Amino acid sequence: MTKLTDLTITEAVAGLAAKKFSAVELTDAHLAAMERPDARGMNIFTLETPDIARAQAKQSDARRAAGQAGDMDGIPLAIKDLYCTKGVRTTAASRILDNFVPTYESTVTQKLFDAGAVMLGKVNMDEFAMGSGGVTSAFKPTISPWSGPNPAAAARHLVPGGSSSGSSASVAARLAMGATGTDTGGSIRQPASVTGTVGIKPTYGRCSRYGIIAFASSLDQAGPITRSVADAALMMRVMAGFDEKDSTSIDTPVPDYVAALGGSVKGMKIGIPREYRIDGINPETDALWQKGAQMLRDAGAEIIDITLPHTKYALPVYYIIAPAEASSNLARYDGVRFGLRMPGENLNDMYAATRFAGFGKEVRRRILIGTYVLSAGYYDAYYRKAQRVRRLIRNDFLDAFKQCDAILTPASPGTAFAIGEKQDDPLQMYLEDVFTVTLNLAGLPGICVPVGVAQNGLPMGLQLIGRAFDEATLFTAAAALEKAAMFNAKPAFTA
Amino acid sequence: MTIDQKTVAKIANLARLKIPVDEQIAVGGELNKILDWVAQLNEVDVAGVEPLANPNDAHLRLRADVITDGGKPADILANAPSKTADFFTVPKVIE
Repeated sequence: MTKLTDLTITEAVAGLAAKKFSAVELTDAHLAAMERPDARGMNIFTLETPDIARAQAKQSDARRAAGQAGDMDGIPLAIKDLYCTKGVRTTAASRILDNFVPTYESTVTQKLFDAGAVMLGKVNMDEFAMGSGGVTSAFKPTISPWSGPNPAAAARHLVPGGSSSGSSASVAARLAMGATGTDTGGSIRQPASVTGTVGIKPTYGRCSRYGIIAFASSLDQAGPITRSVADAALMMRVMAGFDEKDSTSIDTPVPDYVAALGGSVKGMKIGIPREYRIDGINPETDALWQKGAQMLRDAGAEIIDITLPHTKYALPVYYIIAPAEASSNLARYDGVRFGLRMPGENLNDMYAATRFAGFGKEVRRRILIGTYVLSAGYYDAYYRKAQRVRRLIRNDFLDAFKQCDAILTPASPGTAFAIGEKQDDPLQMYLEDVFTVTLNLAGLPGICVPVGVAQNGLPMGLQLIGRAFDEATLFTAAAALEKAAMFNAKPAFTA
Repeated sequence: MTIDQKTVAKIANLARLKIPVDEQIAVGGELNKILDWVAQLNEVDVAGVEPLANPNDAHLRLRADVITDGGKPADILANAPSKTADFFTVPKVIE
């Protein structure tokens, strides 16, 4: 029999239903894998929660015996440490949250638990989700399972992407069957791309942001990272939906994404945006992109050239809007109500000392940029200007979607880089999101599917972009791409 | 547009971040690099373009003006670094 940790969620759901194994056995297999020294050496978990996992698995078996199993009953997941979990320490991988223990549960994790999912633990990330390699975490950076058979002992420690670094690494390493991620500029799709996993950022407003620690509120979205498109569809169906507690949540029905998997791409028009063929594009990335287009063409789709003229301005727009929103959101960390407090002679001094000690370098940098672009005299020149260009970027997509049903692009500029690289120059790190950030600005859904392996043996993914609230079409196209790509490479380390 | 040490000190104060004086010049240099890079937005003609604050251009939903939450002092104080009875405590504010 296949190892329990190698099963996809879809396979595990069937196995549990057929009573081939129990939820307790499935969870125990994952806990045993997590607890191995070589697995722990990857710094994936910020907090392991084996007691909660075993209790949830036991309850899951009882529900199943009573004929009341939910859509994800008994499925062990990793939860990004940006999701507030009631009674379980939540850090955003920042010192400033100290030993923050939420007294409430995020809507998305509640929905997953209501559907029967099991929480293995909280996983590592870039501090406040600001980064593309997991290296800004206040914990040790996560090492990708692609680094070597014993990743911590490898000569080069590769990143699993970021900011959802522990999410992508746990799923690729077979320590979790799926993981929650969040995506503000590419933080689900880029980690998926460099770890050979599937990741979807839904339409803005599709998943509730309630209880997810805010980075940039007009850009943040929750989504899953999994090992198959079908698993992503299953998890998305549970995570999505209107929530009164999030004022930007959209009250619109959630289609059956699993049913969309069986659809055909015949006659579907897939756009190829010429502006994504950026100067100095990695030749392997470019070749993979063309290969992906051919796969969809062979499956019956029509490939057409489209234009998204303002693409090159997306990153600069993002690096005004995201820091501006972050500087405002992170004002709440003042050492008064929760989290770290450093001593100060007076209140102002206490605030400033606490925030300097609690925030890491990249977070401080973004707070300062955000404060500057929102300050008197610069607001119109930077912030308002960026918001106007943001509309032009969104209009580009609205125009393109008059001609096509979905758009195919690369998901990341190259394969995984090593810890230590791209860290001296923030702009180099920012470029990791060049293909993904446009969607956050436009609020559109995007899915990353693993399609090939580079000459260096590392996985590469492609991104499909859809119309707002049309994740169903994305799942149809992504399933076709997955079927044609037959990606089956595994990391050097697997549980 | 350049951010000098004085500007770093000013925005650090606005952001309530105690950036040590010996780091302010280096921080200013990093911020300048980023601002020089975002300056390419000046190439874009945005005449007549309305700012987009939210991707769905959505109007925020209104709900009935009724109390739906509250009465949870223990929850609210659960993570307080310093408290007395049902209050957060902070360093002395009055000079």
